[in-house]
Amino acid sequence: MTAEVTLLRHADVLVLGGGPAGAWAAIAAAEAGADVVLADKGYCGTSGSAAAGGNNLWYLPPDPALREAAMDAREAIAGRLTERRWMERVIEETYHQIGRLAGWGYPFPVDEGGVERRGSLQGPEYMRRMRRKAHRSGVRILDHHPALELLATPDGTAVGAAGIRRQDGGGRWEVRAGAVVLATGGCAFLSGAFGLDVDTGDGHLMAAELGAELSGMEFSNAYALSPAYGAHTKGLMMQFASYYDEAGRPLELGDMGTARQAVARLLADGRQVLARLDQAPPGLREAMRRSQPNYFLPLDKAGIDPFTQAYPVRLVMEGTVRGTGGLRVVGEDCATTVPGLYAAGDVATRELITGSVSGGGSHNGAWAISSGTWAGAAAAAFATRGEGRARSRPAGRAGLRPHGPATGAAAEVVRAVQDEVLPLDRNYFRTAAGLRRSLTSLDRLWTDVAAHLSGEGRGALRARQAAAMVAHGRWMYRAALARAESRGMHQRLDRPEADPRLARRIHVGGLDEVWTAPEEPKEAVA
Amino acid sequence: MIEVVSQDRCVKCDVCVKVCPMDVFALGPDGIPVIARQDDCQTCFMCEAHCPVDALFVAPLSGPAPAGSPYTDEAALLEAGAMGRYRAVLGWGGGRTPGSRLDQNHVFTARLAAGSQPAEETPAGRRRVSGEPSA
Repeated sequence: MTAEVTLLRHADVLVLGGGPAGAWAAIAAAEAGADVVLADKGYCGTSGSAAAGGNNLWYLPPDPALREAAMDAREAIAGRLTERRWMERVIEETYHQIGRLAGWGYPFPVDEGGVERRGSLQGPEYMRRMRRKAHRSGVRILDHHPALELLATPDGTAVGAAGIRRQDGGGRWEVRAGAVVLATGGCAFLSGAFGLDVDTGDGHLMAAELGAELSGMEFSNAYALSPAYGAHTKGLMMQFASYYDEAGRPLELGDMGTARQAVARLLADGRQVLARLDQAPPGLREAMRRSQPNYFLPLDKAGIDPFTQAYPVRLVMEGTVRGTGGLRVVGEDCATTVPGLYAAGDVATRELITGSVSGGGSHNGAWAISSGTWAGAAAAAFATRGEGRARSRPAGRAGLRPHGPATGAAAEVVRAVQDEVLPLDRNYFRTAAGLRRSLTSLDRLWTDVAAHLSGEGRGALRARQAAAMVAHGRWMYRAALARAESRGMHQRLDRPEADPRLARRIHVGGLDEVWTAPEEPKEAVA
Repeated sequence: MIEVVSQDRCVKCDVCVKVCPMDVFALGPDGIPVIARQDDCQTCFMCEAHCPVDALFVAPLSGPAPAGSPYTDEAALLEAGAMGRYRAVLGWGGGRTPGSRLDQNHVFTARLAAGSQPAEETPAGRRRVSGEPSA
């Protein structure tokens, strides 16, 4: 990376990513007295899955019976990978912080009984408010400042980041900080899924270059239904859907829990599937429109009335955004295995509260708020200890500083990764043989990327994103091989049963050499 | 993807250039934004939501609209009232009620939770499907 440094800032805490997790982290750090810079790849307020899509929340009033029931319900499907203590903490923190959001003026709806309903957030409104609150808290926001690499001390402590100023001449920016919060989201491999193209796993790669470990990366094959012509993955309304084949014959696919997998099988086999919201009671239809405007908007624009017209669907990959894997957190403050580096939101593993099944919007949304708040506060505390800010080195390698002759073929790399991770037959329906085949390609790709890939200006970001996606794919499939069973969203056609010995999390890490290791169980596995 | 920037409506405020999370727009020589990197558009409608004068139209397609598509016909889109629809639903702009006040998602999440089966995939559900499709 040759660009000249045209912006240099110092801060106590640097937050990378301006979705909900990053915004909550920045606010928490500022409230702890830290001087905070938040750098977003795009624009804090529109970036990330929450801004575009909105989400329900794992939001539960402080009624012990209600909360116990919610945790029991999640544990029943979560594959024994959750921790009750973390669930309790997230529920409590989310409840508290949403109360503050209401105080900041978020316009929650009021129900028939006069009670404010706080369990759902409309994305654009939510993130507009969060940006304003961060700004008023004194956070310095740098939009269109994608981070390309972390800065680290010789002993490996994270002390800042650097990237490009893509709307300001493409020069290099550097922020030297006392601690860094990664809130860069999951990775959806540029699948086009609604609002997720900003999520390319950049933070995972940056962290791994400092030796960070990951967990739950096998739970990375979330797919969601969208109209076939678009990529609008809004799922809640599909509870009213009936499905039809290309000839208009009804498909009997069971309830919502089984329908998605049946649809996946049909689509993977090259069949066409159409959906129509037959089962929506007419009296609810106006409420549906008001509640999920961005489900209806792309249909309205296409002239389709989903209540009366069946429309073709496809499954769009949402990867680790709606999957659960990510950076391993090793403390209640969301510290990673790298000193000075904290993880918040979808970049972190969400297994602790949602296990082997998708946290959807609801759990992931609550996690963003809670983990962001904890990570921000902890980063502020770490920064005040002022460990080794003076000497640092840039840590970026693959896609940024190749060790051989440079080429700029990022688009080809992206296509090659997508060929391995997007197809349902490779990622949704997994087999050991298929995973090994894909890993052979991905490993070769990594060798090539590490040796040659780089770019200039906006191309520097594209190259780095491509490298991040290759790394992500390799962690996903290594973990998927190590989990030689089926559990939650991770389905192995060759191992259709759950193996009780694998009721534990699987760690993964490494770049040139990828490793996996099952977590030591804290107690005897039943 | 983004298809239309209305020259007539645009007030050169540059908000779309700034808020697009994918950096799709660039400032044109006359100050009116141009669609500089359409391939990067993720069809998230955020520019439409933030444009204060409803000068933008994002087609619902995940790829570029084909030549001659009605999605690129500004006059027809204006005529049909297709521009600014998302902002209206969000309740952004003077005199509007925030759309979030009308949010009734609690009805639908409760309905889902009351269903007999969880909405998440379970090994049992998977077996039922990949084995014998249910009748």
